[in-house]
Amino acid sequence: MSESTQYCTFLVDDLYFGLEVMKVQEVIREQQMTRVPLAPATVSGLINLRGQIVTAVDLRVRLGLPRRPAEKSPMNVVVRTEDGAVSLMVDEIGDVIETSAEMQERPPETLAATARSMITSVYKLPGRLLLALDIDAVLAIEPAGAGGR
Amino acid sequence: MSEIEEIVQEFLVESTEGLDQLDRSLVALEQAPGDGELLSSIFRCIHTIKGTSGFLGFGQLERVAHVGESLLSDLRDGKKTLTPEITSALLTLVDAVRLMLGHVQSSGTDGSDDWTALIATFNRLQQGESAAEAPPSAPPPASEVASASIDPPAAPVPAPMGEASAAPVPAETVESGSPEIRDRRADGVVDNTIRVDVGLLDKLMNLVGELVLARNQVLQHTATTEDSAFLATSQRLNLITTELQEGVMKTRMQPIGNVWSKFPRVVRDLSQALQKQVRIEMEGKETELDKTIIEAIKDPLTHIVRNSVDHGLESPDERVKAGKPAEGRLLLRAYHEGGQVNIEISDDGRGIDPERLRAKAAEKGLMPAEQLTRMSDREVLNLIFAAGFSTAEKVTNVSGRGVGMDVVRTNIEKIGGTVDVQSVVGRGTTLKIKIPLTLAIIPALVVSTAGDRYAIPQVSLLELLRVEGDEASQSIEMIHGAPVYRLRGNLLPLVHLNQVLGFQLGFWASEEAKHEVVKIVVLQADEQSFGLAVDEINDTEEIVVKPLGKLLKGLTTFAGTTIMGDGRVALILDVLGLGQGADLVSKNRERGRADADEEALGRGSNASAQRQNLLIFELAGHRRMAIPLSMISRLEEFPVDTVERTGRHEVVQYREEIMPLIRLDKIVDGCGQAAAKDQMQVVVYTHGGQYVGLVVENILDILEESITVQRRTAGGVVSGSAVIQGKVTDLLDVAAVIARSEIGLPDAADAAELVGTGV
Repeated sequence: MSESTQYCTFLVDDLYFGLEVMKVQEVIREQQMTRVPLAPATVSGLINLRGQIVTAVDLRVRLGLPRRPAEKSPMNVVVRTEDGAVSLMVDEIGDVIETSAEMQERPPETLAATARSMITSVYKLPGRLLLALDIDAVLAIEPAGAGGR
Repeated sequence: MSEIEEIVQEFLVESTEGLDQLDRSLVALEQAPGDGELLSSIFRCIHTIKGTSGFLGFGQLERVAHVGESLLSDLRDGKKTLTPEITSALLTLVDAVRLMLGHVQSSGTDGSDDWTALIATFNRLQQGESAAEAPPSAPPPASEVASASIDPPAAPVPAPMGEASAAPVPAETVESGSPEIRDRRADGVVDNTIRVDVGLLDKLMNLVGELVLARNQVLQHTATTEDSAFLATSQRLNLITTELQEGVMKTRMQPIGNVWSKFPRVVRDLSQALQKQVRIEMEGKETELDKTIIEAIKDPLTHIVRNSVDHGLESPDERVKAGKPAEGRLLLRAYHEGGQVNIEISDDGRGIDPERLRAKAAEKGLMPAEQLTRMSDREVLNLIFAAGFSTAEKVTNVSGRGVGMDVVRTNIEKIGGTVDVQSVVGRGTTLKIKIPLTLAIIPALVVSTAGDRYAIPQVSLLELLRVEGDEASQSIEMIHGAPVYRLRGNLLPLVHLNQVLGFQLGFWASEEAKHEVVKIVVLQADEQSFGLAVDEINDTEEIVVKPLGKLLKGLTTFAGTTIMGDGRVALILDVLGLGQGADLVSKNRERGRADADEEALGRGSNASAQRQNLLIFELAGHRRMAIPLSMISRLEEFPVDTVERTGRHEVVQYREEIMPLIRLDKIVDGCGQAAAKDQMQVVVYTHGGQYVGLVVENILDILEESITVQRRTAGGVVSGSAVIQGKVTDLLDVAAVIARSEIGLPDAADAAELVGTGV
């Protein structure tokens, strides 16, 4: 952990998140989305990414943050997972940032439990805090209404 | 190209590749004689050539490969050690095989060269105590060569080669193979195919998908431009893209016949070894499946086929005794259904006796005996898929060699499929495999509702209905909130897609439903049909099925996704899941209870389980009751003040007749006091040509269920009870109700008279 890690950063509401660069496939603008009825609320829909169908997860909903204002168009951070690509819908894309272990700290206990389970650590950058996301925890969504009803 | 020609082509390609590998392996083996893996791979290659050439009728080739195989088998089993002599003999064999393959390619036969010497050499090598003790010049024991040769085979190994290459192919040997084949073969088909990594094909497929989308965007501009050069170019682009898309998609699809083609041989060999007579039949060979799925089901299918021949089918004597033709029948069927591929392997053999399975399972301690007796026959049958369960009374060399049915099931489930077994003792066994058609192309009907498009696999589609506003309000009737439509005299349960998908719950009560045109897609799920109302019915299209992401796997309402022509994603409806989600289709279909019940009935044992359409209603005091839907002619609602009286009976005027009413609350014991209401729910029943109205408190549901009557009551108006939808429900004996009501209806036998007199 003493080595530095590169993080792809983005804003969700006013929170500044980061995801390890190696896990990010690409970042794309808002896409045409097909909603999936009966799906968990966190799944905003399906997008067609060059013939590949990608499930889009709204990070705001996932993190229990207020809904994105209608005038704000989301960005998609497409993440590679074992089960194909998944897109995280975020508000704004930031820079790729290099972090070092000295800046790292455990997430404070006061964070809401749902959010804390998805944040592996906090990096104290000058002027702001970067929250490192645990992508596996983010995608560990209860499967859609088990009866499909 | 005929089928057999295709097989020959494939054989040539595979064998040629194998032989090149063999040359290298044999040489490598000489360096490392102890390498068992290398030996096995050589053995397998020769074995495959032998097997296929035998199947294709290349006798010479088969004989030569056979002797090689035998020797290799000894080497593999450690009965022999590799000597240079053996190695060179094997290499000569490879050359000989190659030469014969050449003949096959050019003339369609394996040539007429004399290989007896080579065969004799091998026999000698194999028979000799060890290679060292049998010097090359030693004459072989007469007995082994007797059948093989008149030439002294003493000449060492290279000799047959020389002979062979020198021997011209006499014209008369070119007996089979049409001229057409020969012409084509002249340019060397072996070089006409290349092997391509499936990953590359996937990538190509995605790129083509992208191209289609780009094409669509370009085409959108053609509407607004006058530039004729651009129009012509985009038209060309359109055509080329379509063709390219079709071509690339085809590369991944293979007919299931490719896997099946080896079964006739498997079955033939097996039946000979077991002294059985088996005829193999295939239906739906052309059913196309994705290459990866084909690969994945190869082994499970082979295992099932072997099992059927070994355990399923009886010996000819036994069959004749049982009144069946001596020749057993093994049927392989494949077809698309409900967005899935169904593969059935059925035999007309002895079937599986659930009692024997119970005994076996208890004996093996898989389950407590008590639990086994409680399980339905159907559930017991599925025990054959349990790990560590062999149904074979005896382990033959054919089955029971480690790979059990549990492995079959595991492998099928790995690709998202299911396997189910149905069996009737004495009549046969059917194994039904359902596998999803990931990536398969299926025709689908595209509908839209609430602004989104959905695809419905065409296989589930029965018909499309358009019910005009006025007609709709009449012909779509409500049974306690559940809409039904009269379709040619049968009640078709309806559900609106908006409702299933949670967009709009009270569609049928809305004004829209009363005045608008209602578009209904009649679907078939399991053995039940239902009507799905949608906002718009668009068009049929060929769609490429793509799986749902992991996050959405739990949604049984959808079978997958697809990309529409404009590049947007559309969901594919899973008709079965949809019906179940809307409670229109029984959820317990997996075990195929209908069949189990049929079987139960057929054998005359507790025939209390039947699949039927039931009307579920409630009497005062929340008493749940059911009657078969087939007995009911209508469901009506009457204002309480329309009830009149004749004598002791309540009646209403109904369709210009006087319909007596029976208040079930009063007939059925143990009902509470009926609440006073303005409207009453009446189930209209026809008895001997006369309407009778059964007044109930509430009509709850109509469903198709296979019910098991658990408690039969003699006498009374309740014929028994069953658990329906998880609740205890009494079954009403309507005849007894009418008898008890004393409304004085004649028996059904007097019906004609009754109608004549008009009461």
